[in-house]
Amino acid sequence: MSEFASGSLTGKNLHLSFGSNHVLRGIDLHVGKGTTASVIGPSGSGKSTLLRVMNRLIEPDQGDILLDGRSVLNDNPDELRQRIGMVFQQFNLFPHKTVADNVSLALRKLRKLPAEQAQAEALEQLDLVGLKHKADARPANLSGGQQQRVAIARALAMKPEVMFFDEATSALDPELVKGVLALMADLAKGGMTMVVVTHEMGFSRNVSDTVTFMDGGVVVESGPPEQIFTSPETERLQGFLADVL
Amino acid sequence: MDALDQLVKTFFDWEAMAAVLPNMIRFGLPNTLILAVSAGVLGCILGMILAIMGTSRITALRWLSRIYTDVFRGVPAIVIILLIGLGLGPVVRVATGSTNPFPLAIFALTLMAAAYIGEIFRSGIQSVEKGQLEASRALGFSYGSSMRLVVIPQGIRRVLPALVNQFISLIKDSSLIYLLGLIASQREIFRIGNDAAAITGNLSPLVAAAFMYLLLTVPLTHLVNYIDNRLRTGRPEKRQPDDAAALIGKGAQP
Repeated sequence: MSEFASGSLTGKNLHLSFGSNHVLRGIDLHVGKGTTASVIGPSGSGKSTLLRVMNRLIEPDQGDILLDGRSVLNDNPDELRQRIGMVFQQFNLFPHKTVADNVSLALRKLRKLPAEQAQAEALEQLDLVGLKHKADARPANLSGGQQQRVAIARALAMKPEVMFFDEATSALDPELVKGVLALMADLAKGGMTMVVVTHEMGFSRNVSDTVTFMDGGVVVESGPPEQIFTSPETERLQGFLADVL
Repeated sequence: MDALDQLVKTFFDWEAMAAVLPNMIRFGLPNTLILAVSAGVLGCILGMILAIMGTSRITALRWLSRIYTDVFRGVPAIVIILLIGLGLGPVVRVATGSTNPFPLAIFALTLMAAAYIGEIFRSGIQSVEKGQLEASRALGFSYGSSMRLVVIPQGIRRVLPALVNQFISLIKDSSLIYLLGLIASQREIFRIGNDAAAITGNLSPLVAAAFMYLLLTVPLTHLVNYIDNRLRTGRPEKRQPDDAAALIGKGAQP
């Protein structure tokens, strides 16, 4: 039973170049409805860029993006991004707004909800991440882990069909990582469709349904976690796992 | 001894100062404030437009903003006031019948202030981390809404001290309006002091004018320091009652 109105997401043959730097070289990635795909790989392999291309923060040079089986390349990109939540390594909360306003901003301005209703929904989302009591605080007065949970609440408030996590725990102190990962695992269990770019191999192995290993702008290997972590086929993945595990 | 008396009398003749004080307060102070505040407000509006153009993704807009800023920042205030005031004065007189130099002086001060304020705003906007725009766009906001709701408000906050400094400059530059010719009730602080000094042959009224300027600018410089401090240390926020409880309650989980 899914508590989210999630959908499937597919990237097909995605290409992107910055000048002569060919960052994505024909990426295929499919995330089934209500499943979690983690993307692993060394720094600079194009993982984060892939996320930004799949919600069209950066337009791909070539390829297609399908949400629930329908191409979204001709949609208004702003409307597409309202359907895909994103959580960043650096949290990127709005420091000039309170925690509650961070969560309710898009509800008020994009969903056009009346202020009280937006506030009520924001508090509800904050409650889900265990931070309702911080509603009136400023992001700067929160720990990194709390900030990241607010960022997750902010993304969830828009009732997205897919959630992107871009190294969501990489900037956190080690003791704060667990709480955020637990929250992400809860979302996955709740049936949210998620694409998780991560260096947390434990999370990738235990929570995700599929694992995609990227290197040099291509998908080198992908499959279910057991296969990727216990019997990697390519030398590059074997080398990478030897380095990180 | 005589020399010292002479000096004190030249600069601090209390009677001469007292004589000029009523006019200073009745005309000088309000006129100076009208000039500085009007040009300050209009300069902020025009400056914001310049800053948005200057950070635009459209090259032509960036260039326009650049050229404007270079011109009006690079020419002395006195030249702009004379060119605008004396150049446009006759045109305005023919068109409206008004000989009041205030609108043109405010216009000239605005054009100049906007160049500086535009640069202040631009530096503020550009100092906001790229992630802020990215996070706002990821939520589904357009570029324009993201700038308006997220980036620009933060940028302005960071440059408030510089903005107040610019306003102090405007208060001082407003004295240049005397070049355009003023009738008695239009005179601002400097002109009243200068006139009285010329008539009495004593500099004390000018010193009185200097004190009037300090009366306006010194509190502002302290305001700058206050804002600066507050921005650096964060706004004073009440500790929430459950902060302590959070250590064992729900907030304990990181």
